[in-house]
Amino acid sequence: MECVFGLVGKGFAIVAADTSAVHSILLHKNNEDKIMVLDSHKLVAASGEPGDRVQFTEYVQKNVSLYKFRNGIPLTTAAAANFTRGELATALRKNPYSVNILMAGYDEESGASLYYIDYIATLHKVDKGAFGYGSYFSLSTMDRHYREDMSVEEAIELVDKCILEIRSRLVVAPPNFVIKIVDKDGARDYAWRQSVQDVTTAAV
Amino acid sequence: MSIFQYNGSAVVAMVGKNCFAIASDRRLGVQLQTIATDFQRISKIHDHLFIGLSGLATDVQTLEGYQRLVFRHKLYQLREERDMKPETFASLVSAILYEKRFGPYLCQPVIAGLGEDDKPFICTMDSIGAKELAKDFVVSGTASESLYGASEAMYKPDMEADELFETISQALLSSVDRDCLSGWGGHVYVVTPNEIKERILKGRMD
Repeated sequence: MECVFGLVGKGFAIVAADTSAVHSILLHKNNEDKIMVLDSHKLVAASGEPGDRVQFTEYVQKNVSLYKFRNGIPLTTAAAANFTRGELATALRKNPYSVNILMAGYDEESGASLYYIDYIATLHKVDKGAFGYGSYFSLSTMDRHYREDMSVEEAIELVDKCILEIRSRLVVAPPNFVIKIVDKDGARDYAWRQSVQDVTTAAV
Repeated sequence: MSIFQYNGSAVVAMVGKNCFAIASDRRLGVQLQTIATDFQRISKIHDHLFIGLSGLATDVQTLEGYQRLVFRHKLYQLREERDMKPETFASLVSAILYEKRFGPYLCQPVIAGLGEDDKPFICTMDSIGAKELAKDFVVSGTASESLYGASEAMYKPDMEADELFETISQALLSSVDRDCLSGWGGHVYVVTPNEIKERILKGRMD
């Protein structure tokens, strides 16, 4: 039931992910951040097996940093996406990672980009992408309303439309979402969309 | 559903008079869902040699761009100081695929090239490298049965480049229209000894 989706706008890319940590029928927490800041200008929104998700994205993050330390310049989004795909492809026939990834980034030369990398290491550069059951709703909504070069406000409106669609039509819809943006000023949190806050119990 | 049908694909190559054409569909899907409509299935190895791979997209990417084939040809070019002949390349691909006999790459390649004296060469093989040479056309992918029928009906020997383009395009589009897993346009390369013409087809976008 994990929902991850993203789109590219004018000079920026946005990704949104649900924030539920689920184990069978139990919701452990509803503020789990599934979008990792890979480096200053890259975001990785990951969905899938929780252990693999954290392990694999941290592995990619550390390797991306290592490249920067060794070579003095950061990887481009395309290079990071291809590295990620290579790692998934190598592991695929040994001990596969069950992680689907949407990698969003901003590069000086090529602008904003979004890469779809699924768990069997299929890589494709896309304008809009989504994973999970939520994708049946978010992809269709984005197909209907997406245009090239949207502004941030228009893109957020579209993201909210997708979240509304998921909440109203997916049977076990996640209650909360996090939205992050990457543009020339870097990768950062944009907003949270919470319909259920964490409840703190009173001390007995 | 078979793993070969996971992403959906259609590739066809045809022989003409001192030229060849190779065409593929553009859909990248995950079973019933379409992810992208601009997926590249055909790679240029050198100016007179193309390979189209159908089957599982991740293995298509591993073989073509990323690791095996383009890379191996570049090494060959450095050592031999010339381009590989299509027959040689076909044997190379066959060997690479058979290396993984008991854990294969889930792809079926279609190879098309101009050999010595600009004689066109086409072949296809299965996922473990069993070569199938043909004099007229070769097909592969989820739409392969339709492609066989359409190509058989439309093909004539010794077509010039323009007529070959028309024939292969019509064969491709009509076949993918009968296959829900492939389509969303077409990508056609027509190669003569002097030029490569790359064209995008707009078919039924569904």
